[in-house]
Amino acid sequence: MRSNSPGLVTSDDHEDCLVIRDLAVAYGRKVVLKGVQADIRRGQVVGIIGPNGGGKSTLLKAILGLAPVTAGSIYLFGKHASQLRSRMAYVPQRELVDWDFPVTAYDVAMVGRYPHIGWLRRPTNHDRSVVEHMMERVEIIDQRAAQIGQLSGGQQQRVFIARALAQEADVLLLDEPMNGIDAGTQDIIMQVIEEQRVAGKIVLLATHDLVSASCACDCLCCVNERMVSYGPVTETYTVDNLAATYGGPLIMLGKSAEIEPAHTHHTGDHGHHHHTHEGVGGERN
Amino acid sequence: MQVIDYLIDPLHHEFMRRAMIEVVLMGAVTGAIGTFVVLRGLSFIGDALSHAIFPGVIIAFLLGASIFWGALLFGVLTSIAIGVVATHQRVKEDSAIGVLFAGTFALGVVLISSSKNFTRDLASFLFGNVLGVTMTDIWLSFGMGALVIVLIGVFYRELLITSFDRVAAQAMGLPVFLLDLLLLVMISLTIVVSLRAVGNILVVAMLVTPAAAARLLADRLLVTMSLSAAIGVASGIVGLYISYYNDFAAGGTIVLVATAIFALVWLFAPAHGYVFTNVLNRRLAGAAETQVVFESPEIQAPGRH
Repeated sequence: MRSNSPGLVTSDDHEDCLVIRDLAVAYGRKVVLKGVQADIRRGQVVGIIGPNGGGKSTLLKAILGLAPVTAGSIYLFGKHASQLRSRMAYVPQRELVDWDFPVTAYDVAMVGRYPHIGWLRRPTNHDRSVVEHMMERVEIIDQRAAQIGQLSGGQQQRVFIARALAQEADVLLLDEPMNGIDAGTQDIIMQVIEEQRVAGKIVLLATHDLVSASCACDCLCCVNERMVSYGPVTETYTVDNLAATYGGPLIMLGKSAEIEPAHTHHTGDHGHHHHTHEGVGGERN
Repeated sequence: MQVIDYLIDPLHHEFMRRAMIEVVLMGAVTGAIGTFVVLRGLSFIGDALSHAIFPGVIIAFLLGASIFWGALLFGVLTSIAIGVVATHQRVKEDSAIGVLFAGTFALGVVLISSSKNFTRDLASFLFGNVLGVTMTDIWLSFGMGALVIVLIGVFYRELLITSFDRVAAQAMGLPVFLLDLLLLVMISLTIVVSLRAVGNILVVAMLVTPAAAARLLADRLLVTMSLSAAIGVASGIVGLYISYYNDFAAGGTIVLVATAIFALVWLFAPAHGYVFTNVLNRRLAGAAETQVVFESPEIQAPGRH
């Protein structure tokens, strides 16, 4: 644990923070993640990085109350996170969604309003205008009537981003949002993340795309079955720390102390619609 | 004989009028709830529930009580049991269902073997007896069916999100387990509605087949559900006429009509049918290629002016 002290705040500030203390998650007897410590303030973007199966998705799910937490605690704005679930918006990995389901892009985005609509009620004009506004923001409004499976990977991802935005939550949790999408969509997602930061939201971004993580994030949370490090990008985005997170092989990325991005996230490498980075399927859910 | 006579003639019989109402109710309700059975991949669970409510029906029958309440009680108990047993790590859900439904069905068979008219009674439960439907049966079917439809309306959004994206539903704090239970109870109610028309064994066909056909025709949940209900009703009516004129078993004929509709849709559905996706698309692709060649300026299409 190199640098898990920077960024920790005093209990007075907890009203404004997502606070994770000594978090451990286990499925049955198998501990998949432990020792997570992080204090995340409003207006911070935190990248969660690490190898496949290292616990990136698990950490997001633990915060959302979807993974079996066996030790530690998670507080949001001074309360147990489980009490404030509707203030957290989640964009799941694309692999978890049933794309053949008979819903339109608009229906999917409207789901984000459900916590606001409540039981036994219908969407109001305000709900509809929020959904339309968010769909415009991610440039998917033209496809509002399309069945979700007929959209391209990038368009589908934008619908899910619109859904998360429509929820008007305080915390945005994105699980591998850059997987298998076009460059234009990646740009939009990066812009949205920046806008959320400016608006004082908390953004958690689980990704294996180190370059976009280092560009978009204030802090990195490096996990590999345990938390390896947590801290500002300047301290955590180093060869030593990344090698410690991923194990040996990553050293080939660069031998100098500072990693020079080999390409930005705009390059054609991400340009294919159904391009998926290898090994994603092995991520533990 | 005129077509009109052909259609109206059977309705001169009181038992046919009642049967007609019963199959219409059954077709609409099974079609609507069946949409969720198909979208959630619950056909095995639907089959299991229909077997599991069997002992409830038999006990109520032997006690002279209404079979509806017996069936409902066992449907709810089995729904909860499936949910609870499957939470054990070593027992997978499909194993839990397999054990429970075979066990409860066996209990029903043993119980009814004590009845004096064992064979006849067993047959009417297993394969339905729509021509023997009473007005009480119809009113109970109507009540149960209306309850199911109202529940779908009330919990439409919750059922949609838990079916489409469970993880997001859980993340939003929706009571996913209770909603699952509600769906299972609604399926149980629907099975009870269908018992008279198609019987215990064939209920699952009415839960799955119309909805599976509708899925090939529609891209929105509400449309899928309406089409599925319409296909269910059409199967019921057409099946009943065919069985009347040919002296076939009504339940089996209704299911066969539904199966035939599914086969036609599977073959000829506009966007997702086999013919369109595999035959026409290939031909269109071929035609497009040819056209590209002709449009190229250097090459003159033969015989084209």
